[in-house]
Amino acid sequence: MSVPLLETRQLRKSFGGLHVTRDVNLSLCAGDKVGLIGPNGAGKTTLINLITGVLAPSAGSVHLGGEDVSRLSQAQRVKRGLVRTFQITQLAPTLPVRRQVEMAIHEREGSIGRLWRPLHAYPQVQDEAQSILQSLRMAGLAARAPIELAYGEQRLVEVALAMALRPRVLLLDEPMAGVPAGERQVVLDALASLPSDLAILMIEHDMDLVFNFADRMLVLAEGAVLAEGSPAEIRRHAAVRAAYLGEEA
Amino acid sequence: MSTLSLAPPPLWRQVLPYGVLLALALLIYFYFPDQLPLAARIAALAIFVMSLDLVVGYGGLATLGHSALYGVGAYAAGLLAMHLSANPLLGLLVGACAGAVLAGLSGLFLLRYEGLTFLMLTIAISQIAQNLASKLRHWTGGDDGLSGFKVDKILGLASFDLQGRVAFIYCFVVMFISLWLMRRLMASPFGLACQGIHQNRQRMAALGTQIRWQLLKLYILSGVFAGISGALAAQVAQIVGLDTLGFELSAEALVMLVLGGAGNLWGALVGTVIFASIHHWASTLNPYHWLFIIGGMLVLMVLLREQLGRALSARLQALQRVLRSKPVGTSA
Repeated sequence: MSVPLLETRQLRKSFGGLHVTRDVNLSLCAGDKVGLIGPNGAGKTTLINLITGVLAPSAGSVHLGGEDVSRLSQAQRVKRGLVRTFQITQLAPTLPVRRQVEMAIHEREGSIGRLWRPLHAYPQVQDEAQSILQSLRMAGLAARAPIELAYGEQRLVEVALAMALRPRVLLLDEPMAGVPAGERQVVLDALASLPSDLAILMIEHDMDLVFNFADRMLVLAEGAVLAEGSPAEIRRHAAVRAAYLGEEA
Repeated sequence: MSTLSLAPPPLWRQVLPYGVLLALALLIYFYFPDQLPLAARIAALAIFVMSLDLVVGYGGLATLGHSALYGVGAYAAGLLAMHLSANPLLGLLVGACAGAVLAGLSGLFLLRYEGLTFLMLTIAISQIAQNLASKLRHWTGGDDGLSGFKVDKILGLASFDLQGRVAFIYCFVVMFISLWLMRRLMASPFGLACQGIHQNRQRMAALGTQIRWQLLKLYILSGVFAGISGALAAQVAQIVGLDTLGFELSAEALVMLVLGGAGNLWGALVGTVIFASIHHWASTLNPYHWLFIIGGMLVLMVLLREQLGRALSARLQALQRVLRSKPVGTSA
C-alpha cells in the first residue's frame, strides 16, 4: 500500500478549555479528492491551519509523504508540496497578477532571495507564469492588479499561485466563498483543470459543488470526524442528515 | 482600469531620470556655487532617506529609529579617520559595515515584532545607541561629539575645499551610485518578495516565504546604505555629534519620505531635496519660526498630495498622447 501524501494522526487543538479539533485522523493519497464539510464552527479552517502549520497542534501529528512535519514551519511545509488557498482571498492588492505568479515560481525554485539579477532576466519564469495564466484563461489579466479584478477572477489568481508552487497536496478553503453566480463557472473550470495526480482537500459550503467534486467526504462536527465515506454514503448517513444536512437533504 | 507595465522600460526611459539628475547636478555646480555645501549635505542625506525607503516603502516596516544606523556609520567613519586611516573610501566601507552590523543585530530582535510594537522598539534602539554614545566619552567625545579628524584626498586626487566643490562631487557621486544600486537591487526577485511581504504577509507565508529572513536581509541592506550616508556626512562635516543618532533625524527623514512618496527611491530623493531646501530657506527667512513653515507645508502636502498626483498624472498622460499622435497631414 502506498504511503499517503497527507496524513493527520489524532490531531487535536484546544484553546484553554475549548476543544476545536478533536483527534482528527485523515489521509490523502495522490489523486484523492476529499471534501471536508461541517456546520459553521465545526473547526474546518482550524484543521487547515493545523495542517499547514499556521497553528501548532495541542496533540497529534501531521505527516507529509510519511515524514512527520508537525514541528516544521509553514514555509518548510510549502517546500514539501503542501499548498493552500484561503477562505477570504489573500493577494498582494496592487502587484500585477503575473508578478505574483512569478513570485510563487521564484519561491518554488529558491530564487526569491536573489538580489542582483532583475526580474526580466528570468525569461523562463515569466514564460511559465504566462502559461499558467493562459491555462486558466487569465492571460489578459496578467498586467492587472488584483484590486481591479472581479472576485471570481481574484479566486482564480489564488488557484494560479497554488499551481505555480506545483503542490503535491492542495488545500482549498471554500474556493467558491463570495464568488458571484456569474463567475462560478470560471472557478469550476479552473478546479476541473487541476492535475489529476494532485491530492486535494476541499472545504466548501456549496453542497452541490463539493459532492460533485469529491470522491470521498469527511464530515466534521464540533471538531471531531462525524462521518467519512463516498458522497453517496454521506448523503445517506443518518447522523450527518440530522446534524448537518437536515432531514430534507 | 489601468494596466501595469510588466516589460522592462526601454533603455532611454531607464537612463533618462539619471541623465536629468546629472544635468541638475551640473547646473548646481556651475550656476549655484554658493549652494554647493548645502547640496553636498542634501546628497548625503538623500542616501539616508533612500535607505529608509527600503525599509518603509518596500518592506512596509514603519521605523523611527533609523538614525541609529546612520549615526553608527558616522561614528565608525570618524573613529577610523581619527585612529587608523583617513582614506575616505575605506571610511565609507567601514560606515557601511557598521550600519549593516547594527541592523543585523537589532533586526534579529526587532523583526520578531510588527506594527506599533516594532515602531516603538526602533525608537528604543536609537535611544540606547544615543545614550551609549553619550556615556562612552573616551571613544565618542560624549556630548561634545567626535571632531578633529581629517580625511585624505578623494582617490588621492582632491581634498575638500572651502567652497565645497569636492565635497559636492564626492557626495553626489556616492549618492548617484547608491541610488542606482538600490534601484537595481529592488528590481530583483528579492525586491518583489519585499513588496509582497509589505502588501500581504499571510499570502507570502502561504507561498513559503521565510518572511523574517527576507526582512532581515532588507534591514541589513538598508543599514549598509544608512551607514554609508552617515560616514559620508561625517567625512564632509568632519564632526559627528549625538544628534546623528537622535530621534529627530529619524522623524525628519520619515517626513522627507512622505513628502516625496515611498516605494520607488526617486520619491525619497525628491522629498529630501524639497524638505532640506525649504528647511534652509525657511530657517534663513525666520530662524525662530521656520518650523511653522515646514509644518504647514507638510499638512498641505498630505492633504493635497492625491489631488496633485492626479493632476500631474493627467498632464503626463496628455503629454504622452501628444507625443504619440501622428503629425497632422501624415498618411497611415
